[in-house]
Amino acid sequence: MKSRTIKVDYLARVEGEGALFVKIKGDKLLDVKLKIFEPPRFFEAFLRGRNYSEAPDITARICGICPIAYQMSAVHAMEDAFGVRVEGPLRDLRRMVYCGEWIESHALHVYMLHAPDFLGFPDAIQLAKEHPEVVQRGLQLKKAGNEIVTLLGGREIHPINVRVGGFYRVPTRNELAPLAERMKWARDAALETVKWVSQFPFPEFEQDYVFVSLSHPDEYPFNEGRLVSNRGLDISVHDYDDNFVEEHVAHSNALHSVLKSGTPYFVGPLARYNLNFDRLSPIAQEAARSAGLGPQCRNPFQSIIVRSVEILQACDEALHLIEHYQPPDKPSVPIHPHAARGYACTEAPRGTLYHRYRIDESGTIREAKIVPPTSQNQKTIEKDLWQFIPKHFQDSQNDLRWQCEQAIRNYDPCISCATHFLKLDLERE
Amino acid sequence: MTGQQKPPLLVIGVGNRFRGDDAAGLLVVSLLRDMGLDSSLIIEHSGEGAALMETWKGADAVIMIDAVSSGGAPGTIHRLDPIRNPLPAQMFHGSTHAFSLPDAIEMARALDELPPRLLVFGIEGRNFQAGDEVSPELNKALPEVAKLVLKTMEALRAGTGNGD
Repeated sequence: MKSRTIKVDYLARVEGEGALFVKIKGDKLLDVKLKIFEPPRFFEAFLRGRNYSEAPDITARICGICPIAYQMSAVHAMEDAFGVRVEGPLRDLRRMVYCGEWIESHALHVYMLHAPDFLGFPDAIQLAKEHPEVVQRGLQLKKAGNEIVTLLGGREIHPINVRVGGFYRVPTRNELAPLAERMKWARDAALETVKWVSQFPFPEFEQDYVFVSLSHPDEYPFNEGRLVSNRGLDISVHDYDDNFVEEHVAHSNALHSVLKSGTPYFVGPLARYNLNFDRLSPIAQEAARSAGLGPQCRNPFQSIIVRSVEILQACDEALHLIEHYQPPDKPSVPIHPHAARGYACTEAPRGTLYHRYRIDESGTIREAKIVPPTSQNQKTIEKDLWQFIPKHFQDSQNDLRWQCEQAIRNYDPCISCATHFLKLDLERE
Repeated sequence: MTGQQKPPLLVIGVGNRFRGDDAAGLLVVSLLRDMGLDSSLIIEHSGEGAALMETWKGADAVIMIDAVSSGGAPGTIHRLDPIRNPLPAQMFHGSTHAFSLPDAIEMARALDELPPRLLVFGIEGRNFQAGDEVSPELNKALPEVAKLVLKTMEALRAGTGNGD
């Protein structure tokens, strides 16, 4: 039998880096291995011995794309440990800054990384040459998200204004006002985005996933809620470690996160959407319906539509929060550290991000655990590839490689949270 | 933010302080600051491409410093002129994100948003894993790169080319 091997230096257009190995013999798929290395392990060690107040700024460095998510999980875990609740305008500002990060991160993925797959362009640069106005819309949308993060986070990259208990400084109404105009434009651009991506060709690929996300009675989930699944899971985030385990995988330095039963699960936009459709704003629900989606969507390729619906949701919510903002009396609530354990999950753009800390009586971190969304999705991505690759045995090596990359990009894996760079080995015997 | 006047000449250091030699760009601009370079001309950046395009928008001349990995000896200094030739994308895989510096430059070219003058100093690194130390060879090259940046700035300001 003819034997061919293809090696690719890295998998393009996945945030960060990782490695995929695929082995095919004739018409049989022999192996699929997704390898990921994990800097969170480094950060977990780095956090030990640091003051609790440093956790948001240190963990923000794990990812250049979703620093707010790391800050939010860190501050909520610390507040959980010290029995503090942050309410009112401070809570609203946290939702607002998270909206900014979702807009930024999702716009980058939809326009720069994922859309070229569906339109047959090798990358966004070629897309920009053919459709500069579309790419400009994506860049402006991303910028609108950046502007929220810059204003509330203190600066664009690695925001520094978030603290346990609230913020170091809160904006005035006047400072926020210009963002309202930007958000009105962004909301229209997000609507256009949903329409644009809904016309892409999607492969038939529905799977029976276990979706997991936060769920809040009145809100589309960001910072708060119970952890639920479409199979009846409904737990406090305190019980995360009793329900999920990280398995050592021989082929990867990373840990694969699975349910205690060993079942892989799916976090991120598609999971949030399926578990919280009725808590999307009316405009987002209507846009999803017009795009041909019902309240359930099991095709991961359509995650690009769902991600666009979430951009719309975030723009709409940010606009509402900006228009109704009344500055709080104080930028933060007081914290009195003591020996305690704290737990939090928040919804990063890519999915649920878990932080757990053990703090001693002086407020020093003694133990930290961080489970990023990408390590939770790894096993599901592998499972998708096991199903997906046999449908494409007839494709050329290049086409098959591209298909695999696209199937991985469905998850917007932020492999920078977890590795160096993604090498793809596709081996045919 | 929007509406602010960009200085005509910008020095952008790209990198991640938690990934060993990937910090090179940030270390060079911090040296430049110590050497008295006006802080308003200096930007520290993660290297995320879309944000980079926004950062250099409106500037007349831009000098960027980033770590590279092209198999050369650590500490080797590459002086690249992406206006003339696209950057070799593989060289910059040490950057954290796939929409990277070379992507940003090509995207800006496609959208006709490249600064009129743009130079990139790439410093060959060795250690790029989270938690790595900066390698001694790279560390040794940093003052030399800082001097080259200052010399290039002079040439750009004098309008005598780009310091070639």
